[in-house]
Amino acid sequence: MILPPGMDGVPGISFAGIAPGETFTYRFPVRQNGTYWYHSHSGLQEQVGHVGPLIVDAAEREPFRYDREHVLLLTDWTFEDPKSVFRNLKTMEGYYNFQERTMADFFADVRRKGFSDTVEMRRMWSKMRMSSRDIADVTGSTYTYLLNGRAPEENWTALFKAGERVRLRVINGSAMSYFDVRIPGLKMTVVAADGQPVQPVPVDEFRIGVAETYDVLVSPEDDQAYTIFAESMDRSGYARATLAPRDGMQAEIPKRRQIADRGMEGMAAGAMVGMKGMDHSGMSRDDMEGMDHSNMSGGDMEGMDHGSGDGMAKEKAKTRENGMLVAGEAQPGSRYGEAGIGIDPDERRVLVYRDLKAFTPWPDRRGPGRELELHLTGNMERYMWSFDGKKFSEVSGPIHFEKDERLRLILINDTMMEHPIHLHGMWMELENGQGELIPRKHTLNVKPGERVSALITADAEGSWAFHCHLLYHMEAGMFRVVQVS
Amino acid sequence: MKIKLYLVGVSAAFIFASLAKADDGYDAPDGWPSPIVEHNQGTAQFDRLEYSIPENGKDAMVWDFQGWYGSDVNRMYVKSEGENIQGDGEDAEFESLELLYSRLIADFWELQGGVGYQGGVFSDDHEERTYGVVGLQGVMPYEIETDVALQVSDEGDVSASFEGEYDLRLTQRLYLQPRTEIAMAANEVEAFGVGEGLNSVRVGMRLGYEVTRRVAPYIGAYWEKEYGETADLTRASGDRTEGTGVVAGIRLIL
Repeated sequence: MILPPGMDGVPGISFAGIAPGETFTYRFPVRQNGTYWYHSHSGLQEQVGHVGPLIVDAAEREPFRYDREHVLLLTDWTFEDPKSVFRNLKTMEGYYNFQERTMADFFADVRRKGFSDTVEMRRMWSKMRMSSRDIADVTGSTYTYLLNGRAPEENWTALFKAGERVRLRVINGSAMSYFDVRIPGLKMTVVAADGQPVQPVPVDEFRIGVAETYDVLVSPEDDQAYTIFAESMDRSGYARATLAPRDGMQAEIPKRRQIADRGMEGMAAGAMVGMKGMDHSGMSRDDMEGMDHSNMSGGDMEGMDHGSGDGMAKEKAKTRENGMLVAGEAQPGSRYGEAGIGIDPDERRVLVYRDLKAFTPWPDRRGPGRELELHLTGNMERYMWSFDGKKFSEVSGPIHFEKDERLRLILINDTMMEHPIHLHGMWMELENGQGELIPRKHTLNVKPGERVSALITADAEGSWAFHCHLLYHMEAGMFRVVQVS
Repeated sequence: MKIKLYLVGVSAAFIFASLAKADDGYDAPDGWPSPIVEHNQGTAQFDRLEYSIPENGKDAMVWDFQGWYGSDVNRMYVKSEGENIQGDGEDAEFESLELLYSRLIADFWELQGGVGYQGGVFSDDHEERTYGVVGLQGVMPYEIETDVALQVSDEGDVSASFEGEYDLRLTQRLYLQPRTEIAMAANEVEAFGVGEGLNSVRVGMRLGYEVTRRVAPYIGAYWEKEYGETADLTRASGDRTEGTGVVAGIRLIL
C-alpha cells in the first residue's frame, strides 16, 4: 500500500511498534484500489496468523466487469512456535525437507537418463554440498496450507450461479510458501497483479510468490463444483477450496505433482545439453553478449539455471547512450518467460512475468537516471540470508534514494532459492520487456540465478523497509532500510 | 577433575565476543526497536551415544557429544568423546573434553581453538592431561562432515586427529553413515598408550532411522587397527591391536 511513512507499520522504521495493551490508529489517505493484504511486521507474528486481506474498491469503473467476487487468502500454518521453526532452520540444514533424494531416486534416474549422466549430476550437487531438492525451507511436514483459514479437509466454499463471471482475489499471505493455483475445468483470466490492473491473460495455472496478489476472472457455465487447488511449490502439500453453486458440494482433488530437482528447468527446455560447465549450445552468439555469468552463486553453478533462453533473442541489449538499457527492456539474464521450478509449460498454460502488461503507461515516463544493483545472497548451510553478502546487522546505513529521482533497481539472485523481494512505500515497475506498458508491482519474485530489474520513482520521502518476504529469510537478515530524502 | 580455572576466564571472554552485535547503522529515534534483531542460537547433540560390543575385550558405553552456542560467525563449542568400559571397576573416561571458540572462516568451515582435558570423569581412575587444541570443522566437497584437530598437551606432546563421516540417504528417514577416525602423534606418550607416528585407524558403518529429525536409533559395526609404536605398546600390555565390534545406539539432538 502507498502510505505515509508513519503509517507503514514497521517497528523501528515507521514507528516504535504497538506495545501490548496499546492501541494504534492507522490514518491514511486511500490513493489506490485493488487487492492487498496486511500483516504484522513484528518478529515472527506473521507466522502465527497476524494476517488479513485488505481490499480497496475502485471509485471509477475498472477495465473489467464481474458479477460477484471472493477473496482467497492463502497461508501456511504450523502448530510449532515460529521461534522453534527458526531455530530448526538455523541449526539443522534440511530439517523440514522430507523429499530429499534417496537411493531410489538415484536408480530411477539411472534407468531414465543413464548411469553416467546420473552420476555426473549427483557428483556436481554433492561437490557443491547442496541439495537439488531444496525448493522450500519449511514444508508440509510441519505446515498445513490454509485457504481463508481453512484446512483442505474443511473445504471452504465460494458460491456462484452458473453463467456468472466471478472475480477471485487471490492473496499469498503465507510466511514461506509459494503456491501454484489452478481450477481444473476453468480457464482463469488474470486481470490484476499486486492490486494493479493488467491486460487480461487467460491461463490454466499461475504461480503466486509470497506477498503477491493476483485477481482472476472465471466464468463457470455449468451447475457443478470446481476445486480451487493451490499446490505448494515443493509439492509437499496443498490448500484447497471449492467453487460451487451450492454449499456442501465438492469436486475431484487433482493428484499432486512430484517434487522437481533444481537445475532441471533449463534442461527441460533443451537449451542445455549436459550439465558440464557452460554449455550454451542452445543459444546464439548474440545472446551470449551482455550476459553476466559472474553473478552465479559460486563457480560450480555455471551452466545451471540459465534457463530456456526464452525470448533471449529479443533481449539483445537495447542500450541508451549512457550505456543503460532502454526503460522497460528486460535485463539479460532475466527469465520472465519461465514460470519456474516444477512447472511443465507444455502441460498447461501458466502465467509468466512476461505476460503482465499494464493498460496505460504509468505516470512517470522518465528513463532511469541511475542503476542500483543488489545481489541476493545467502549461506544455506548456516541459514544466513542477506543483500550483497551483508545481513541487516552488518550494514552501516540505509540505501539512499534521492527524492523524486527515477532509478533502476537491478536484483541479481546469487542463491539457489526463489526470493520474493518487497519494497515498501513505492511501486516497482517490473521491466519485463513490455516497454511503456511494464506492470507495477510491490513484490518481485526473483528465481535462482536470475537478474531482474524494476524502475522506481522515489516520490515517497521517509524511511521504508525493503526485504525478502520469506519470513525467516527476513528474520535471518535479508532486510534493508531505504531512505528517500 | 582438574580443569583449570583459566578455562573459565578464556571462555568468558569468548562468550562476550560472540554476544557483541554489529551496529545496524540505521538512525531511528531513540526508543524504537531495531526492525530485525538477531538472536544467538545453540544446539547440543550426541552424534553417537552407543553400547559397543567388541569381538575381543569388554563392552563399553561410548559417547560423542558436541554442543554450541553463539551467532552465525562466532560460537562457543563444547565437545566430548569418551567411554565407560563395563566391568573394569573404573569410572568413565573422557578421551576428550574440549571448550572451543569457533569462527566461521568460509561458507562451510569453522576455525576452532581452545583447551581440552583427557582423563577420568569424576574420578582419578585414569591418567589425566590437559591440552591446547586448534581445529577445522566443516563440510568438504561431496558432503563429507569433517573435523581435523591438532593438540599440544601440557607436557608439550603433539598429536592430531581426523574424523570424517557421510550420510547416505536410503529413504527419507533411513540413512547409512560410513565414518572414519584417524589418530596420529608426534611424540610417544607411554602413559596414554600413544606412540610416535600413525596411532590408529577406525572405520565404522552405522544404519540409522530418524524417528524424528532429533531422535535416530542406529546399529553399526566397526573395524579398528593400531599401528607402529602404539601397537607395540598395546601388545606389551597384552591387548590386541586389531579388532572389530558391533554397536547399538542413538543419535540425539537436543
